[in-house]
Amino acid sequence: MSKSLSVALTGNPNTGKSTIFNELTGARQKIGNWPGVTVDKKVGYVHHNDKDIMIVDLPGTYSVNTRSPEEKIVIDYLMENHTDLVVDVVDSSNIERNLYLTLQLLEKGIPLILDLNMQDEAEKRGIKIDVKKLESFLGYPVLLTIARDGKSLKNMLNVFTSISMTGYGPSDQLKAHIARVQEIEAEVTDEKLRQEQLIELRYSFIDEIMKSAVKFSNVGTTVSEKIDRVLANGILAIPAFLAIMYAVFQITFEWIGQPVADALEEFISGTLTETAAEALVSLDVADWMQSLILDGIIGGVGAVIVFVPLIFILFFCLSFLDGTGYMARVAFIMDPVMRRVGLTGKGVMPLMMGFGCGVPSIMGARALDTEKDRMLSIMAAPFLTCGAKLPIMALFAAMFFPDNAANVVFAMYVVGVAMAIASTKILSHTTFKDENSTFLLELPPYRMPDMKTVLLETWDKGKGYLMKAGTIIFLGCVIIWFLGAFNSQGMVEDMGESFLASIGAAVGALFTLQGFGSWEAGAAVISGILAKESVVSTIGILYGLPDVSADAENAVETAQAMLGTGMGSAFTPLSAISFMIFSQLYTPCVTALGTIRKETGSMKWMLFAAGYMFVLAWVVSLVVYQLGGLLGFE
Amino acid sequence: MTLQDAKPGMALRVDHIEDSGLKERLMTMGLLPGTHIKVLRSAPLGDPIAIGLRSYSLAIRRRDAAVIQVTAV
Repeated sequence: MSKSLSVALTGNPNTGKSTIFNELTGARQKIGNWPGVTVDKKVGYVHHNDKDIMIVDLPGTYSVNTRSPEEKIVIDYLMENHTDLVVDVVDSSNIERNLYLTLQLLEKGIPLILDLNMQDEAEKRGIKIDVKKLESFLGYPVLLTIARDGKSLKNMLNVFTSISMTGYGPSDQLKAHIARVQEIEAEVTDEKLRQEQLIELRYSFIDEIMKSAVKFSNVGTTVSEKIDRVLANGILAIPAFLAIMYAVFQITFEWIGQPVADALEEFISGTLTETAAEALVSLDVADWMQSLILDGIIGGVGAVIVFVPLIFILFFCLSFLDGTGYMARVAFIMDPVMRRVGLTGKGVMPLMMGFGCGVPSIMGARALDTEKDRMLSIMAAPFLTCGAKLPIMALFAAMFFPDNAANVVFAMYVVGVAMAIASTKILSHTTFKDENSTFLLELPPYRMPDMKTVLLETWDKGKGYLMKAGTIIFLGCVIIWFLGAFNSQGMVEDMGESFLASIGAAVGALFTLQGFGSWEAGAAVISGILAKESVVSTIGILYGLPDVSADAENAVETAQAMLGTGMGSAFTPLSAISFMIFSQLYTPCVTALGTIRKETGSMKWMLFAAGYMFVLAWVVSLVVYQLGGLLGFE
Repeated sequence: MTLQDAKPGMALRVDHIEDSGLKERLMTMGLLPGTHIKVLRSAPLGDPIAIGLRSYSLAIRRRDAAVIQVTAV
């Protein structure tokens, strides 16, 4: 039997710690949550030299003062769980500030292996670290790595399986430093003053280390600095940002994502549906069961699966950009704009994800500094046009504005963004007005991202969407199908007599003043709370065109077919606009609501979001329809 | 002067950080009395600014930087 070994990875953000973790453990990792907080707990496994190694990737932090949940997790884990080894990953090119955390951990008596990562970068920047001197200055072992280099990672595993920490202990210098720390802790009673004195003490010790073990040679302007002169400087930065984002959306919706989605759509509505239909007939399955499987499940879940490539490609692009360090620059250059709105520059990345799916967008707010920033970002994300709302816009635009479809869809994106801004303004002046927002952000050097890390992150952000298709949407499709196929007397031929029609009529009555008071529209609104993807498929089923494509690219064909059905006369251009605006803004889908509850830790906020967004959508679509009518539009 | 009024290209030394909710965080990030910093650039609308210190770059809003007293070196 092989022996087991546990290793904890700790270190600052942007040190390549996660790259090391991902490269070592690959797909053999589990991402969960630390108890009671919304911080990812990452555990991975690797087998090496006949040992089963369990590696925990602790959250990246600059210190362990227990100010944030992440810092508390790190120090609690290291103090309470006695893992066999603790590795402190240090960015060699930024060793001075990185050593602060190292020192804090050593003061607590945690024996460390110091891993000087990004050796290649440090060399390029003219930073030379004397490993022997550093080892003797601290009394703990020092390891050199380059995170993406297989050889250095193999060496790291060899060290894990062979090292014995018992031979190491604090050096005399470190002992003297720890004695001074204890003196300050005993003598200075004022908490603030004590912390300040400790920080100064630590940095003066680091200064000594730097003088003894680190040499700088001048290599002139770094590559990162040169790139930043274009991408993060002056007026050029904004068009550069817009161009990069335009490219991301092109890749997602035109070049790669959409063609893959189209192929998938063709497969599901064509080959898969036909094969399943044949199989069901040959098995002599009851009619209602055939209808459930073909119309309900394959039709409904299929409509969602079609979006998976779009969403994964968008997240891949954003994760890639994040890995290069560019998203930190985006936060920097966009902060003045975002701040005027009431948000922070760091909110750009999570909100960008909102154009794919609201769920990771809401979760992305974790990365923001203050409670106010997090809450405002969470409340803004659902207004954006996620991948599932796009087909609603595409279908209605193509049907009722055939000459201006693209402009109308674009206008709906603008409506979403404008509402996100307006809502943030309102909330930041009412609910959160007392809290102050700050902005302090490290701008890491530009790097070629590690592909394994980018792919794992893409998967982590996108998997929720895939799960949704398998669970909530599956269930939703079955429920909608049942409600549409039955009434209290049993199965119905005409959907107009079904449960769905009665419920839809009751809900539809709420929207008489908005111009879409039909039971079909009412039913579509309800199904949209289960999942926004269902709005278009529900409308398709209700107006008697069961294989309506939820695919934005085919909207024109679908629109022509739909115009021949009752839908053509059920909406006017004005009521279509009103319906689109309502769909854009109203209550997020249940998956997003569940995420809001989890991230805010409060049922109250979830209910608030559901109610507030419904009312806002109701009012805005009312105003648009009534005002439009007064101005003579139809 | 304070870091709030600094212009890109300036080389500065931190003299003092005023008491504020941010002080401990700034110090943890390596901004201490005596630390040398360089103002690298400002965002397109002049705020926030990027500063270089202890061989890394940090972005900070001018309003937050107002608590950092500096002198040119």
